[in-house]
Amino acid sequence: MDILLGSLLIQALNAIQYGLLLFLIASGLTLIFGVMGVINIAHGSFYMMGAYFAFTLTGLTGNFFVAVILGAILSVFIGALLEWALFKHLYKRDHLEQVLLSYGLILIFEELRSIFVGDEVHSIDVPAWLNFSIPLGDIMSYPFYRLFMSGVCILVAIGMYILINRTRIGSMIRAGATNSGMAEVLGVNISMVNRLVFSLGVGLAAFAGMINAPASAVAPGMGMEVLIVSFVVVVIGGIGSVWGALFAAMVIAFADTFGSVFFPSVAGMLTYVIMAMVLLWRPEGLFKR
Amino acid sequence: MVESKNKYVLLAVMFIALLLFPTLGFDFYNDMVSRIVILALFAVSLDLLVGYTGLISFGHAAWFGVGAYAFALLSSHYQVTDSFWITLPVALIAAAVLSFIVGLFVLRTKGIYFIMVTLAFAQVFYFLVHDVPAIGGSTDGLNLYARPTLEIGNWVLLDLENPLTMYYFIMATLFFSVVLLWFFLRSPLGRAVQGIKINEHRMLSIGFPVFRYKLIVFVIASVFASLSGYLFAAQSYGVNPELLSWHKSADVLLMLIFGGMGQFVGGIVGAFAFILLKEVFMTYTDWWQLWLGITIVLFVLFLPGGLASLPNRFKALVGKA
Repeated sequence: MDILLGSLLIQALNAIQYGLLLFLIASGLTLIFGVMGVINIAHGSFYMMGAYFAFTLTGLTGNFFVAVILGAILSVFIGALLEWALFKHLYKRDHLEQVLLSYGLILIFEELRSIFVGDEVHSIDVPAWLNFSIPLGDIMSYPFYRLFMSGVCILVAIGMYILINRTRIGSMIRAGATNSGMAEVLGVNISMVNRLVFSLGVGLAAFAGMINAPASAVAPGMGMEVLIVSFVVVVIGGIGSVWGALFAAMVIAFADTFGSVFFPSVAGMLTYVIMAMVLLWRPEGLFKR
Repeated sequence: MVESKNKYVLLAVMFIALLLFPTLGFDFYNDMVSRIVILALFAVSLDLLVGYTGLISFGHAAWFGVGAYAFALLSSHYQVTDSFWITLPVALIAAAVLSFIVGLFVLRTKGIYFIMVTLAFAQVFYFLVHDVPAIGGSTDGLNLYARPTLEIGNWVLLDLENPLTMYYFIMATLFFSVVLLWFFLRSPLGRAVQGIKINEHRMLSIGFPVFRYKLIVFVIASVFASLSGYLFAAQSYGVNPELLSWHKSADVLLMLIFGGMGQFVGGIVGAFAFILLKEVFMTYTDWWQLWLGITIVLFVLFLPGGLASLPNRFKALVGKA
């Protein structure tokens, strides 16, 4: 009984951690969709980029946390640059062109990664002072770093809540997401809001890639897996809804984690079955405003 | 939707060039050209959705894969039959049934949602052929030992094992597919579908059953994609999960935008342009993905109408001067 309870607890903790990570990636994606109306399939590449930043910068600086801070700044900067050079020209264009341009970016990012870091799978050590396990009962334990990750994700989510709901910039972002044309007429500098949202989205995805790097492998192709799950999260949550993304990310994470415990043969499909159900019930997502 | 005579001339010239190509003696390239023609058919089938109906599917590779796997499973995996008369209808009907079911879900969405949802459903198909052994699921895919047999009784109608026969068989399939789709687009249904692209709400208000029409087009496009996948499996003696990957879906969208949408010439030109470009980058540069990516980005930014828009752009330029 104790063992069953303990392993359920461990799975639940894993699910929460996975859900929070998905939320960080999907919230940026859903905000970019919602505010600018742009579909960016290169969002997964930013997640991958973050992981590789963490790997390279940890190697250079010798300190994981310095690497994360540097990587986050770098990612936000790259996001602003991409918005300025490429994405801002696409806001009024067809979704097809947005898909293809960002597909081009995926190819470029993958090749740059291959040129600069190589195609090997890497791992990063968990920082020494976080590298211990918490005992659960007599025989089980849980790695502290995963709890730490969940805690950091929750802090970031609270930070986003404050930014979006309690600050002037946040009200501009919300205005942009509701009706960007009207917001512009009323004097909101919408191109500034766009750049900010895009850089923030890139930063969040890269940050997720960075803090998850010590808990899993840094590998080529990691971006696309995450992107497709994030799409499902955005579809379920509803485009532009950050809290929809949080809810959907948790649903998907629990379904995926417990699905692979109880029905391992069909676990891979469960995510998509849930999406199909939501589409039948509410094609615009659960939290579409 | 602009119908200039030039396009038909271009289409005719292309078909004649393809017919004459094997006589030029570049035998080594026959294989590559037939593969490109198969991809051109795949691109044309997607054009029906993207270019004519305005449905941007990011999961079209799923139907290509259904056709390819249908043949592979019937012929070599379960060794039921190699007969063209059985395997082809099975491949097409499988695509029709599956796309009907998927269409019921995905067509409830629009715009960005549609793109994401088609990608997600295609991913389900990818996982199936990657992970489920009963339908040949494995990373390596399946090898085929023979092409479809085209016989009437014991009389061999066409021997597809002969490379040249296969080449012309593929050309003929593309030709008849384009002709069929041409008639479809000029039928009342085809006209209505093109109206959906221009103004869906108006079509709805006039009283057209928009959802049903979209579903019909979705099924037709999937059936033609399955046909191209079937030919691909037969031509290359093998299938693998990569045929259904999102890369494949993105590549075929690229062919359309390279060639120009809403005109069958575009799909064919785009398939040639894309494959040749990729070959050139792979042969002459170390980092083909990088150059291909940069080309795509520049193309989207500066030539949104595709290669097929060049004549008109040129005319506009000359007209101004």
